[in-house]
Amino acid sequence: MKREKLRAAAPLDQPRTPEELRVRQLRARDLLRGDLEGADLERHVEESVLATTFAKAQGWARANSIFPATFGLACCAIEMMSIVSPRYDAARFGAENMRASPRQADMLILSGRVSIKMAPVVRRIYDQMLEPKWVIAMGACSSSGGMFANYAVVQGADKFMPVDVHVPGCPPRPEALLHGFNKLQRQIQGNPEPGWRQRYNAIGTEEWARGAGDDAGVEEQAAYEAARAIGSFPADGGEPT
Amino acid sequence: MVRVSAVGDRDTVADRETLERTADERLVGTTAIERTGAEDLEPAEELLTINMGPHHPATHGVLRLVVNLQGEVVKDLRPVMGYVHTGIEKSCEDKAYWKVIPFVERMDYLSYFFQMEAFCGAVERLLEMEIPPRAKYLRVIHMELNRIHSHLVWLGTSALDLGAMSMFFYCFRDRDKILDLFEMSSGQRMHTRYFQVGGVFEDIPLGFERNLRAFCAEMPSRIDQYAAILDRNEIFLNRTRDVGIVSRERLLELGVTGPLLRAAGEPWDLRKVGHYLCYDELDFKIPVGTVGDGYDRYRVRMAEMRESVRIVEQALDGLPEGPWIADDRKIVLPPRDELSTSMEALIHHFKLVTEGFRVPPGEVYYPIEGPRGELGCFVVADGSAKPARVHFRDPSFVNLQALRDMCLDGYLADLIQNLAMLDPILGGIDR
Amino acid sequence: MPDAPGLELIAQDLNTAFAGSVEETYHEHDQAALIVNPEGVLDVLGWLRDTPGQEYGFMSSLHVADYLPGEPRFGVHYELLNMARVERLRVKVALPDVAGADELPEIDSCVELFPTAEFQEREAYDFFGIVFRGHPDLRRILMPEDYVGWPLRRDFPIGGEPVLFTHNEVEMPRWYE
Repeated sequence: MKREKLRAAAPLDQPRTPEELRVRQLRARDLLRGDLEGADLERHVEESVLATTFAKAQGWARANSIFPATFGLACCAIEMMSIVSPRYDAARFGAENMRASPRQADMLILSGRVSIKMAPVVRRIYDQMLEPKWVIAMGACSSSGGMFANYAVVQGADKFMPVDVHVPGCPPRPEALLHGFNKLQRQIQGNPEPGWRQRYNAIGTEEWARGAGDDAGVEEQAAYEAARAIGSFPADGGEPT
Repeated sequence: MVRVSAVGDRDTVADRETLERTADERLVGTTAIERTGAEDLEPAEELLTINMGPHHPATHGVLRLVVNLQGEVVKDLRPVMGYVHTGIEKSCEDKAYWKVIPFVERMDYLSYFFQMEAFCGAVERLLEMEIPPRAKYLRVIHMELNRIHSHLVWLGTSALDLGAMSMFFYCFRDRDKILDLFEMSSGQRMHTRYFQVGGVFEDIPLGFERNLRAFCAEMPSRIDQYAAILDRNEIFLNRTRDVGIVSRERLLELGVTGPLLRAAGEPWDLRKVGHYLCYDELDFKIPVGTVGDGYDRYRVRMAEMRESVRIVEQALDGLPEGPWIADDRKIVLPPRDELSTSMEALIHHFKLVTEGFRVPPGEVYYPIEGPRGELGCFVVADGSAKPARVHFRDPSFVNLQALRDMCLDGYLADLIQNLAMLDPILGGIDR
Repeated sequence: MPDAPGLELIAQDLNTAFAGSVEETYHEHDQAALIVNPEGVLDVLGWLRDTPGQEYGFMSSLHVADYLPGEPRFGVHYELLNMARVERLRVKVALPDVAGADELPEIDSCVELFPTAEFQEREAYDFFGIVFRGHPDLRRILMPEDYVGWPLRRDFPIGGEPVLFTHNEVEMPRWYE
């Protein structure tokens, strides 16, 4: 029953009468010979050619053929390896070809805790990648230092390199990583999903970096106050800025 | 610039025949170029120092190897570690005893149940606490499943290093079945925080036993399939036979334990001699190799997987009924349904969650047999609710000292194979 | 593990062989330990390894614990194992800290007796600043080579960053200080 409904929604383009079949055969013969003209040619082009902007086509191509660079650091690496395993197949998104060399890769999945000894190495690998490149910070440790708030772990890869998508979890399930990967794909294709702050109209929930402090210069203090003022409710009960 | 003795000079024969090479000062400058020892060697003996890693597809994690090569033969090897050092031991000193459990799990990230057992066992020793028999059997079941999981990942990645790519997919497919079982019993695939001091966190749900029996029924045939792919594969044999042999005495000197030592012929397994948990009541064999090369290590681990399946089946058959965690409310959280009726339960819960239980002063070293060797946990308690020192004797850290002996005078390709068969996990090495 | 009387016998034999090496013994939680003078550690370890009847030929682990504020500050533990009898013995060296800003406590390295100690002594040096005299290559192993400080000492701060909460930042800026 479900198949009939689907078929009703998207009917197959089969010829219904023998005459229609004959017409199609002749058109196919003309197409192969290069003899289509006039209205026939117009109709053929409409049916078989997709027109889009170059940017969209480029975005589509880039998003569906990402080569991840293998950057397995710790436990998240095992879950990252399992996205190319048969159950959570990353090949259906075009990303099963994990390149070891950063020169050949365009996405870095930073999976695992970044220790202070490794951070310069990560940055160097990131610099060696060619534009365009993206970064997924997989797991809690690379997004924010995770559970390791100590001397040895960099508290988030954001500290030294730009990150496009953070995937939470410790370790995130492979499906979660693929969800993050899909988000990145949509971002590459030019329609990024709105963050939760836009979706829930959450104003004034941003986390700020440490304040300028009492010994900061006048400009820093003013800049800090201006940054704090964005999104906050003014004292006289007006609209939030 | 080459300066030849001038033809007209009345030089000695030696001078006329020598060719001196001096650097062109316009190009190089006037300072003397220092020559290091290696360049004084004949070209055939020159050593090339290359750096492998830390970002490398075949180093099984972020291990950096500085290798001195003569042609393709490895002459010296220095591993540089610390690229995933997480300061776990320091963090553990800052947390209550039960909060330490998620930290120590994430050390050697493929054998998380073993690390939990090492730490919980050490603390139970300090507390002189006995865990109920059902908890012992559940711990053994999960630990042996974790051993199979670790060996599967090892097999998949090692075969991938040697070129057998399809093994990777097969092994990870089976690994997912084990992770489904873990998810069923504890809710998480990896790093489950399932073992607590006193037993296990929760009883296994309905359906776990059925799924586990189905897994045990089909796993031996899967292992046979993997053996059929690799055991007599000519390329695999050529790569692993007689490669990386280190003598048994040298391995014992270096402190190597686990499948590496067993492959060299020493039948040493802490499950048999350590008398911990319920291994004494289970019947299993220890595979021991003869030659100690890469092929023996591979066969030992394959056989260990089979034995682990047998252990799991026996443990499941002998699983006793009863509580899954000890009764002592000063140490173990009370069941949640009591919190709404019993005041003492609420107070105990509050004290345990906010401060944690206190452990009387003492120190203990508790070793168990992990998938890579002897995993020991040293805990110093000072009477407070936080441990004063937690140290893990990680098997990969000590086994890595054998890598140099395995690779010397071998080819660079054999180094890759040796590293694969060594099965290092950098999380454990770097802690 | 050698039981308590057995442990006392070992201690007596050691004290007859090398006077004053064993300061104390303790036997708790089924584990036997000898507390040894830092100067005689190599003698003790060699005796335990080589004497027929003892033959603790396998060193499981070498690790250090910082007992601050207890004295002496550092305890260097050698976990020895006799594989034939399956007996473990712990040799603990009570190493006091040395006064002076740049002075580091020293002890003899046992790499010649037990080659497995090579990486483990480097780790002890890296984390506690204990110098092992005679070690072939004593340098940092897990921390970056140019790191300053001995991280696992008890008076070394744990590090990390305080977590920022928006409410606290607004109401009480820099609450973590």
